[in-house]
Amino acid sequence: MAEAIALLEVHDVTKSFGAVAAVQGVSFPLYSGEAHALVGENGAGKSTIVKMLAGVHRPDTGTLRVNGADVDFAGPADAKAAGIAVIYQEPTLFPDLSVAENIAMGNQPLTRLRQIDRKAMHANADRLFARLGVHIDPTRPARGLSIADQQLVEIAKALNLPAAENPRNNQMTSEARVLIMDEPTAALSGVEVERLFAVVRSLRDEGAAILFISHRFEEITELCERVTIMRDGKHVATELVADLTVDDMIRRMVGRDLSALFPKQDVTPGEVMLSVENLSREGIFRDISFEVRAGEIVALAGLVGAGRSEVMQAVFGVDPYDSGAVKIRGKRLKPGNPRAAMAAGMALVPEDRRQQGLIMDLSIERNITLPRARKLARLGLLFGGAEKRAAATWAEKLQTKLGKLSDAVGTLSGGNQQKVVLAKWLATAPQLLIVDEPTRGIDVGTKAEVHRLMSSLAADGLAVVMVSSELPEVLGMADRIVVLREGRVAATLTRAEATEESVMYAAMGQEVAA
Amino acid sequence: MFKKLASWDSIIILLTVLVLIVASVVVDNFGTSRNFTFMVLDLMPIILVALPMTFIIITGEIDLSVASVLGLTSSLMGWLWNHDMAIQTIIPLCIVIGAVAGALNGFLITGLGLPSLAVTIGTLALYRGLAFVVLGDSAVADFPFNFTGWVTGTLGDGSIPNVLIPIIAMAVVFGVILHATPVGRALYAIGANAQAAHFSGIRVARTKLWLYVVSGAVSGLVGVLWTLRYSSARADNGAGLELAVVAAVLLGGVSIFGGKGSLPGVLAGVVLLTALQNALRLEDVSGQALNIVTGALLVLSVLLPNIVTTVRGNWQRRRLRQSAAQ
Repeated sequence: MAEAIALLEVHDVTKSFGAVAAVQGVSFPLYSGEAHALVGENGAGKSTIVKMLAGVHRPDTGTLRVNGADVDFAGPADAKAAGIAVIYQEPTLFPDLSVAENIAMGNQPLTRLRQIDRKAMHANADRLFARLGVHIDPTRPARGLSIADQQLVEIAKALNLPAAENPRNNQMTSEARVLIMDEPTAALSGVEVERLFAVVRSLRDEGAAILFISHRFEEITELCERVTIMRDGKHVATELVADLTVDDMIRRMVGRDLSALFPKQDVTPGEVMLSVENLSREGIFRDISFEVRAGEIVALAGLVGAGRSEVMQAVFGVDPYDSGAVKIRGKRLKPGNPRAAMAAGMALVPEDRRQQGLIMDLSIERNITLPRARKLARLGLLFGGAEKRAAATWAEKLQTKLGKLSDAVGTLSGGNQQKVVLAKWLATAPQLLIVDEPTRGIDVGTKAEVHRLMSSLAADGLAVVMVSSELPEVLGMADRIVVLREGRVAATLTRAEATEESVMYAAMGQEVAA
Repeated sequence: MFKKLASWDSIIILLTVLVLIVASVVVDNFGTSRNFTFMVLDLMPIILVALPMTFIIITGEIDLSVASVLGLTSSLMGWLWNHDMAIQTIIPLCIVIGAVAGALNGFLITGLGLPSLAVTIGTLALYRGLAFVVLGDSAVADFPFNFTGWVTGTLGDGSIPNVLIPIIAMAVVFGVILHATPVGRALYAIGANAQAAHFSGIRVARTKLWLYVVSGAVSGLVGVLWTLRYSSARADNGAGLELAVVAAVLLGGVSIFGGKGSLPGVLAGVVLLTALQNALRLEDVSGQALNIVTGALLVLSVLLPNIVTTVRGNWQRRRLRQSAAQ
């Protein structure tokens, strides 16, 4: 394999978003005829690599090479022209077009009268499906196909590059054929996964290079020859899968110095503030139960898509749920009613600051006082600077760096925006605070401040639920960790039981190593 | 953001004052007390309907059915009067019917999640059609004089029209609600980011539903006032008024995308539009040509704030670059 041509090479690539370095100096080659796994925690930079290879992002420094030549993708079309196809977790087909039309999209065969040649289009689709060894009717609409079938259509679409018009030209070396699959198996059943793998293997044997991203280790050991491990945007190792155990891989994914983080102060837990009982929502989460006591920080851990945010949004009432109960101090809370949740002393600092947490065009002052405007009003009226005073108090308490309170909140930096969201909800004097990814996308200094704040709030008797994808944060802050996997509680770990490995094992559905 | 609004408000208010001064000097009879009375009467339907319309547009929605609700209530008023119902019963009933018409809009938009533009274009046709079903092409004219006379009359012997009192009272109420109550805060929040408003405990759908009910009720009231002013209940009363109302609201600096705008600006927008039309009519410009003015103002009102924002943005960027260079 070593003497094979590197179909695609990522060479010393760096990409930053604002102050956050998502990928730093990552290099790895992808050879013809190999399936190569890319693994790492949430936020390790895998998706950024995929997006650069797909032509969505451009590397800041470093180069991408196809067949040994430097390439510079101005957009996804360039990447496609270079023979790189990406299959995302969620297929992106046009539901009302036929399967064949989807495959031919942007590349339709034409008759001599410059009309779309439907016969050729269907024949082409049949030929591609035959090559993949699957049976899907090319004339049926994409709507209603299973996720697995949709992915197969995506693969057929990916293989249907312009050069494929000449079916006799089967020489894979003449054109780069790279298939990038970003968690393709997340929504598939066991049988469907097997069928997908069979297709991937046959493509690999024909000389394609596959970059396979997955959180499921058994799939990696089954399908891939080599694995590249990333951590915090950096390249950790590229090795033969056969040389590593699952334990080795996990250790390299998470291994990190914990001492820099703020451990939470020990607090004797008080009464039960929140109890979530068998909460279910069809297709999203099932039978979720846990309790949070005053003074406790309970973390909801798990992979992206495990249903953590969805559970907490249902608890707060911005989303509905189908069955189960949410109780505050033993009293059942009206479902689907954020106002009732707020009245019961709950506050939710949501995951998406820009869409859910703040109103970017409104002033800092209005944002901070929005959930509390009715309390600040006298005789129903908001006169005399009551809002300004309240906003100033909280902006000050959180040491928010701002110009004027009347400035639009969108003018602040990410960290200060996060402080405004915290101020907005702490101003409601909650007894139960839910924070969803409280330190996402903010700088290290502010991160430490947020951690210190949460710790001192818990010490004052606040019950805190923290959803976080950052394991060090979870381990440093939480008294208990509820690990969700695929919408269910996979494990509940006490602080003593929790290690990076045990949380990751639970999140990925592996048995804890003895 | 408030500063930006204030500056757009002042531009519009200044422009309005300018038009009023120029018109009184240049146009014969414009500055007379008689013309003032007429102007207020002309202004009445636009300004009253513009109040709830401002709220609706600030939340990012629209209500194009207002003029048809007006026509429907006018027709019903005539029909009920012909069927010997007391005028004291008819008037509140008309307002309630307006509110019901608005509630139907609100239900279709918030309950079924349909786009307000499509829904209210539909009910624009529907309610106007119903108005013709009720009254056909005929007109009802014999309303009691103590009602019609009050609407067209003035306070004492002066030139201040009676209707100015409800106009001012309602403008103050709507202005206070928009600018100094939690409801007002919620309206801006909904228009700027409905999801974040929902996450802040604001009842987005319910708030919008009520706005349509209020819009319908006010349109019903204006239907009554319109009928009394002209002593004529007709199915085609107020046809095309929605255009003038939306033009005035946008001219007043309310963003069609929601989240931005102020009531003083809208009031100035209404006065500007009415004064321009009044002055042109005194100069014997035809009714068709007046539509050109309304249409042109509508386009300008959307265009101008964008130009102002762009220019200001460029200017700020240049200043930032300069300060960064230093």
